Amino acid sequence: MDLRDGPEEAAFRATLRTWLEANVPSGLRGFRGWTGPALALGRDWSKRLAQAGYAGLTWPKEYGGAGRPWRYQALYLEELARAEAPQHLGVIGLGMAGPTIIAHGRADQKTRYLAKILSAEDIWCQGFSEPGSGSDLASVRTRLDLVGDRFVVNGQKVWSSYAHVADRCILLGRSTTASEKHEGLTYLIVDMKSPGVEVRPLRQITGEAEFNEIFFTDVAVPKENLLGEVGGGWRVAMTTLSHERGTFGFALAGALDVAVRKLVALARERAGTDALVRDRVAREWIDLQALRYTNYRALARLERTGVPGPEGSVAKLRWSEANQRLTKLAIEIIGQEAQVAEGDGAPAYWRYQQLRSRGNTIEAGTSEILRNIIAERVLGLPRSR
Amino acid sequence: MDFSFSPEQDQLRAQARSFLEKRYPLGRLAEIATSEDGWDRASWPELARLGWTGASIPEAQGGAGLSFVEEAIVFEELGRALYSGPYFSTVALALPALGCAPDLLAKVASGAFTATLASGPAVQARGAGDRWRLRGETDLVADAGSVDAFVVQACGPDGIGLYLAERHNARPHVNVLDTVDATRRLGRVTFEDDDARLLAAPPAAAKIIAGTRRRALTALALEAVGVASQALAIGVEHAKSREQFGRPIGAYQAVSHKLADTYVETELARSLAYWAAWCIAEDDGQAELAASAAKTYAAEGAVAACERAIQVHGGMGFTWDHPLHRYYKRALWIESFDRSGAAHRADIAQVLLGG
Repeated sequence: MDLRDGPEEAAFRATLRTWLEANVPSGLRGFRGWTGPALALGRDWSKRLAQAGYAGLTWPKEYGGAGRPWRYQALYLEELARAEAPQHLGVIGLGMAGPTIIAHGRADQKTRYLAKILSAEDIWCQGFSEPGSGSDLASVRTRLDLVGDRFVVNGQKVWSSYAHVADRCILLGRSTTASEKHEGLTYLIVDMKSPGVEVRPLRQITGEAEFNEIFFTDVAVPKENLLGEVGGGWRVAMTTLSHERGTFGFALAGALDVAVRKLVALARERAGTDALVRDRVAREWIDLQALRYTNYRALARLERTGVPGPEGSVAKLRWSEANQRLTKLAIEIIGQEAQVAEGDGAPAYWRYQQLRSRGNTIEAGTSEILRNIIAERVLGLPRSR
Repeated sequence: MDFSFSPEQDQLRAQARSFLEKRYPLGRLAEIATSEDGWDRASWPELARLGWTGASIPEAQGGAGLSFVEEAIVFEELGRALYSGPYFSTVALALPALGCAPDLLAKVASGAFTATLASGPAVQARGAGDRWRLRGETDLVADAGSVDAFVVQACGPDGIGLYLAERHNARPHVNVLDTVDATRRLGRVTFEDDDARLLAAPPAAAKIIAGTRRRALTALALEAVGVASQALAIGVEHAKSREQFGRPIGAYQAVSHKLADTYVETELARSLAYWAAWCIAEDDGQAELAASAAKTYAAEGAVAACERAIQVHGGMGFTWDHPLHRYYKRALWIESFDRSGAAHRADIAQVLLGG
């Protein structure tokens, strides 16, 4: 047990810190989401990250990655958060589509897709959830009909981040109506420029649009875009979702670290002597440390076993609830001024963060589903359905 | 960066768990708690033989020369088993002061000596040749009735010092109080010109006292994690086997989500407690903050874990015969130690916000 950086880790961290100071574009400093002017800078920023060797840190070298142990991805996420700099725009490609292709793809698919994920030439989005299939993913109804040498795709996907800028989509649909659940599922790679693909941004509670609906109308997808087997899509989808949890906790703790620092500054400025506020700020600080050190434990386990443990669900669950509490405390401290939407000072920042946080307990696995996962898979309680 | 235990440390944990599960199954808790001593005296030489009492004592004094991280593992496992002997008192509360006297360390390592900390504002120490005399009363002394000696925080000629008063011939006078947690009884210790030996004079004593507090808070955080883990395990077992409306009650989310919350909070508390333990072992600059954070979070988490487990058990969880209340009472004991969670958070806020 040693919580200090080793020499190599310290060197990596120092180099990255210096690099970030010199390279984060001014328009992306204090980043709070891929909206508005930030989005225009996203691809160029991501290319710069890739050129400096910070894309695909944990990907095997044979696929263009850095082949580094997981801890470097953790350090990278910590430093990015510290600099309040955004991640690579292609997080779905880097964290989900890429690892899924590495695990299930053919050699020609690896050649075709992986390098462009790293370089940010191709941005990916995820087509899993549907209006009728949220938590119950295996019930998706988007049809993938095999006609000759192509699939014909018809259906609707929803809550798809990055779809409005994406070049490709990992799509889960149903290739046979004979089977209702997992067995009929098939996993495809879809070119977002194909005729019949329509993306409609969804305006969120914050007023901004970070995610989308995707409509597929008779979209022709070559059979070679199949990932895994026809009818074997569930297994492939599970690979995608398990990668969503890898070092995800570090990104979350990093974001929370920034939020706690800003909360501390806000409380110092506006509520320094209020005992109740002080107590709540201390609670949030303690929760942040708990999350941070839980991530380190998870990392040690991931490096030892290669498989993310249940800590990923723990981190997501607690981060989302902490972020909701914390942002609400901030707007309470600010008072009615936080109800004014204009301006770009602290009130506007916290107003946005507080409203945005309501999505945290819903996106990437609702808190209810995460509690089910913990109850059933970790504690071994009987299935609730 | 490596936040994991070594294979040797994992082995220590496995050994501790297996020894304690065999020796102190849930069914024995009531018998021990209601016994006159409140603990199984025969266990102490065995703890010493297993190397637990001397884990962090230098090899020259018969210890294992390890660190607080190894002691941390033992604290967590003892909490899980609700061990009732004076390990916390001896190893967390007394050991830092006993470190001033190598002969005493050797006795602790060999299992021949137990002690606790007695602190009260009113104990006076005055010199008597090369020995000292103590006068005054200390209250709420952990394991007062079980130990061989008291490390006493007393006011000497130059300020607060640390003294050792050994028990013999019924002196000093000890009154064991009827304590909610019968497995860790509190007592009142009265000194009436009782003989003592100086362990640390000021200002060295102040440093030892501050270090002792950090150790004690962290040890209790670890115990609390053990308590919460056991309460969770008992709750989960019941939720799997108890059937109502034709299904195990654990299939209902109103029940399973409570237990999931206990799991989450216990894992977070465990992370804080291990962090604090590492800080203590390494004398890290964040040790004080980490100990405060870990103790308040883990203690409140253990109380909540027990309360949820009791609720999941329904009426059975509310009975004297069920072992859960004994875990609950230990959790409450831990929560009450030192100061409230709010007071600890006020300290943390002071560091964060100043003012």
